[in-house]
Amino acid sequence: FYLTPPQVNSILKANEYSFKVPEFDGKNVSSVLGFDSNQLPANAPIEDRRSAATCLQTRGMLLGVFDGHAGCACAQAVSERLFYYIAVSLLPHETLLEIENAVESGRALLPILQWHKHPNDYFSKEASKLYFNSLRTYWQELIDLNSGETTDVREALINAFKRLDNDISLEAQVGDPNSFLNYLVLRVAFSGSTACVAHVDGVDLHVANTGDSRAMLGVQEEDGSWSAVNLSYDHNAQNEHEVERVKMEHPKSEEKSLVKQDRLLGLLMPFRAFGDVKFKWSIELQKRVVESGPDQLNENEYTKFIPPNYHTPPYLTAEPEVIHHKLRPQDKFLVLATDGLWETMHRQDVARIVGEYLTGVHHQQPIAVGGYKVTLGQMHGLLTERRAKISSVFEDQNAATHLIRHAVGNNEFGTVDHERLSKMLSLPEELARMYRDDITIIVVQFNSHVIGAYQNEE
Amino acid sequence: RLAAGTTRFCAGIVSTARPVSIELKMAHYSNKLYQQLEQETGVQTGYMKTGSISLAQTQDRLISLKRIASSLNVMGIPCEIISPKKVLQLHPLINIHDLVGAMYVPEDALVSSANVSLALATAASRNGVQIHERTSVSHVTIQKGRVTGVETDRGRIQCEYFVNCAGQWAYELGHSGEEPVHIPLHACEHFYLLTHPLQEPLSSSLPTIVDPDGRIYIRNWQGGILSGGFEKNPKPLFTEGRNQLEIQNLQEDWDHFGPLLSALLRRMPGLEALQIMQLVNCPESFTPDMRCIMGESPTARGYFVLAGMNSAGISYGGGAGKYLAEWIVNGYPSQNVWPLDLKRFGTLQSSRTFLRHRVMEVMPLMCDLKVPRWDFQTGRQLRTSPLYDRLDAQGARWMEKHGFERVKYFVPPGSDLLDLDHSKTFYKPDWFDIVGSEVKCCKEAVCVIDMSSFTKFEISSTGDQALESLQYLFSNDLDVPVGHVVHTGMLNEKGGYENDCSIARLSKRSFFMISPTDQQVHCWAWLKNHLPDDSNLVLEDVTWKYTALNLIGPRAVDVLSELSYAPMTAEHFPSLFCKEMSVGYANGIRVMSITHTGEPGFVLYIPIEYALHVYNEVMNMGQKYGIRNAGYYALRSLRIEKFFAFWGQDLDAFTTPMECGREFQVKLDKGMQFLGQEVLLDQKQNGVYKRFTMFILEDHDTDMDLWPWWGEPIFRNGHYVGKTTSSAYSYTLERHVCLGFVHNFDEKTGEELVVTTDFINQGEYEIDIAGQRFQAKAKLYPFSSLFTQRRRKDEVELSGYQRE
Repeated sequence: FYLTPPQVNSILKANEYSFKVPEFDGKNVSSVLGFDSNQLPANAPIEDRRSAATCLQTRGMLLGVFDGHAGCACAQAVSERLFYYIAVSLLPHETLLEIENAVESGRALLPILQWHKHPNDYFSKEASKLYFNSLRTYWQELIDLNSGETTDVREALINAFKRLDNDISLEAQVGDPNSFLNYLVLRVAFSGSTACVAHVDGVDLHVANTGDSRAMLGVQEEDGSWSAVNLSYDHNAQNEHEVERVKMEHPKSEEKSLVKQDRLLGLLMPFRAFGDVKFKWSIELQKRVVESGPDQLNENEYTKFIPPNYHTPPYLTAEPEVIHHKLRPQDKFLVLATDGLWETMHRQDVARIVGEYLTGVHHQQPIAVGGYKVTLGQMHGLLTERRAKISSVFEDQNAATHLIRHAVGNNEFGTVDHERLSKMLSLPEELARMYRDDITIIVVQFNSHVIGAYQNEE
Repeated sequence: RLAAGTTRFCAGIVSTARPVSIELKMAHYSNKLYQQLEQETGVQTGYMKTGSISLAQTQDRLISLKRIASSLNVMGIPCEIISPKKVLQLHPLINIHDLVGAMYVPEDALVSSANVSLALATAASRNGVQIHERTSVSHVTIQKGRVTGVETDRGRIQCEYFVNCAGQWAYELGHSGEEPVHIPLHACEHFYLLTHPLQEPLSSSLPTIVDPDGRIYIRNWQGGILSGGFEKNPKPLFTEGRNQLEIQNLQEDWDHFGPLLSALLRRMPGLEALQIMQLVNCPESFTPDMRCIMGESPTARGYFVLAGMNSAGISYGGGAGKYLAEWIVNGYPSQNVWPLDLKRFGTLQSSRTFLRHRVMEVMPLMCDLKVPRWDFQTGRQLRTSPLYDRLDAQGARWMEKHGFERVKYFVPPGSDLLDLDHSKTFYKPDWFDIVGSEVKCCKEAVCVIDMSSFTKFEISSTGDQALESLQYLFSNDLDVPVGHVVHTGMLNEKGGYENDCSIARLSKRSFFMISPTDQQVHCWAWLKNHLPDDSNLVLEDVTWKYTALNLIGPRAVDVLSELSYAPMTAEHFPSLFCKEMSVGYANGIRVMSITHTGEPGFVLYIPIEYALHVYNEVMNMGQKYGIRNAGYYALRSLRIEKFFAFWGQDLDAFTTPMECGREFQVKLDKGMQFLGQEVLLDQKQNGVYKRFTMFILEDHDTDMDLWPWWGEPIFRNGHYVGKTTSSAYSYTLERHVCLGFVHNFDEKTGEELVVTTDFINQGEYEIDIAGQRFQAKAKLYPFSSLFTQRRRKDEVELSGYQRE
């Protein structure tokens, strides 16, 4: 049986989201025009998460994709919390003081982030108090530390990642009197998540990556063709530096057991991640927490299981690698995506497909008559053809959806094969994961005019 | 530079087929002017009388053409409705298969617009006018509210009068001085196509084709064609004000022109093989209401404006120039130009965002059907009453006047109206029964209408200055006891209505004045110019301070007396009375016993912070009396069946109280000087040349026939005598009522003669609705049978005043 094209579309478009940076009558001073994002689940429920927000107290926009494993709890928590940690790390001392004073005296808080969420992206209501308290402790420490120096984005990103992972770990150790929350913090800590986050402020683009999601810049060459520039390194067994790093951090005796079957300790694909306390805590701590934890945790074989050859924890870190890039007018867009996309598509193809899609939608080459001899009828035919072409491209209003369509439906010739697309999307839940992974994509479009103007100023 | 603006790219079509009467007159004058221009000046203008054909693809379109044809015919402009076959005879290239009819105006013409400008300039120079080309005006200097000179890049020029004709630059020029003059217009890209000549070149006498359903116009051009149109998705330009210095041809955009090209080839399929010469893209300025802007600035005397031609500059140019010249020389133009007056706008229409959004709606409307009671959809919800949300939640449907949202009617829960596009009709509208039940409630119980939009001024003084100056400016006697309300005109020296308002005397030295919504700018400017410059005399605009609730109906008395614990019967609270009292918990509510409809009831002027409270109290208390919300459509039906005229629709600066039966509102016998007095005295002695008359349509089928609107020609004994000015269905008479002016044209000379009561009464009347004539009965006084309920002494608001 086949899904009809409209059915395929409704599946592909279920999670699509677009955000345009608001402009006031043609004036947009942000280097970001907007972004398109989308998710296609393979797991049920999906274990990927995405976030996007504008920093309100500092300049800049944050975008991130999070690929969860062993459940979605950790990815969910990171997707809700990480941007607050980053935003707080970026805040100047005075603003932190102001916020702390507001909390202290019960006044309204300055809003820190403006979220751009799809209706399906949710926040946990129950845990918000707990999360808030952890965050507040963090900023109180930042206030006490007051280094007086201006905040460096790279450092802020690294600190935020590490701090959040630390808080996740601590909350699980301390527990919570509320049994629901207690179970939640444990699930968060025992599951894991990668994170790939971009911070864009003017021409400064920082990408902080932990794990095997990837950030890629789409560049338009002078001849109009498209090329890709990596803005992150995968933290997995294919990355020699990463294997080297892990080996450096542990005694030589473990060298053989550290990486087996391209996995960390023979178990974990990403070499860096949030959560996953099974790869971070000492055996004693793991046993103590699991035993004192709720029954559900005790009954779960996975949590009780200690990785083999577990001698010198921690084996895993959430510390990101940060890459800084100065945006140029030829940098047209940024793709952040979980490994579900990169497994099926080469980055060069991604650059081409998104690039052609974006330019196709926004400016088709205008026709000029010039000195040619064109009749009304010829022109009419030409225009009709162009309109027809536009309407087929317009099937997708969202670059991320367009990319997923290609990722899932591409045949050997690199074009979308409806039959294949329909088959892949109609796989039953339990089979879907065999053929593909969750895919989450954010495509950020840059404003070349603004970037050009920045450049000229410098 | 002369003719360097949009004129240079103008398509040069002179067309008199205009729906608005004053625009039609201007176009007619322009046509006559251009015709003789070449002879007078010796400059070639390219004038060619080709005629024009407007095509109708639908019946509705044909109706709108017939309406225009009716008004052209009575002006003596030849015009006929023709069949598709006849179209083919006149223009062999046209595909007529999808046409239902067309309108042919044989005297419409083509000109070369740049040459017309040149000819006009030549004529002007001969009469001593100096023209400075390539000179840019930096700003206009204004001292004490008067123009004193112009600063240019070549020095200063002293002057008394300045005319801002800067076209698409008019907005910016208006804002360049210290005291801004707001000229609301905005440019859009406008496209037209030029082609090479046909193999067998088109004759230059071939008529111009207008195909509004295809959104295009086509004229012959040097053996080929010139075709442009008004697309559905216009591209506004220069919102940020970064305007080009001299008009240049903008980027061609074929994709944008595509739909128009399709329409062109559908209309003239034979042109497929014709070669393209150029796609011209030039900016055109549009205004918020599709009508051009002329007149004097309300803030700077001597500062005149003529701009915003909505792409009909060549058609209007001649006539507009004539009226403006008269205005400057005589102080007023020879025709009523209020529909085009700059003062119909205020600062509130001057926002760039508003203009950008509104012109995007206006430009496609140029080709859309112009049906009665059309409301703009953009730039809305700007000014609202504090009750807006409450009324909206109860099913209110809104229209807008001077930026203010006003209720048309309330859609009862559960009933569905047609969507916007389908509700366009020249026949019985879908709200007919809804308004009918609101009217019934006004007649039998009580209704509430939010009338907050009305312009409200307060005039007060330390001594008697307020009374003295008002007595001179207003035609009725204002020296009445405190607490009385007076209906009065604010007349110009020719006795015509500059404004029609009601004034309450709040105290010996202060007055509260209520006038129509769109008088906010005009009346303010008039009073500012005419009141003595006296710091002890204070004029204040309090429009925003009060919410007005109109309680109409026989039970209004009961509702109000229960809420105030005060007797409200006619003995205690006679008609035309004003008192501050408490309503519910709220004190200081200004209650006036007028309803603007002739029905019994009250208007409450409520300080805005009490508005919600008072509204809730009234609705709660009113429940047992069957109270309900009503809208302006009900109000209009009520006032028209009572023969109430309103300013801006029926009354204008060329209508005197004598001509609309309001001698009783004039203090001729009090021996007091007031503006316009001489003219009124003369009319009293020698009679009037037009008379406001009420017509009841006799053989008109409300369900099946076209509805009257306004502007329909009136025929007396088969001769044209005037036009209607407003109309409504009277639910009481179960007939349509039209109001309009009857003239007495001499059959031979066309000279206007005195209109007597006998002249009105001894005639057989017909009203022409889109070419079909309906018998009508003329009346000079309203039906007294409508007033049988509770007549209050003799002071009922008889044939009073009203406006919308």
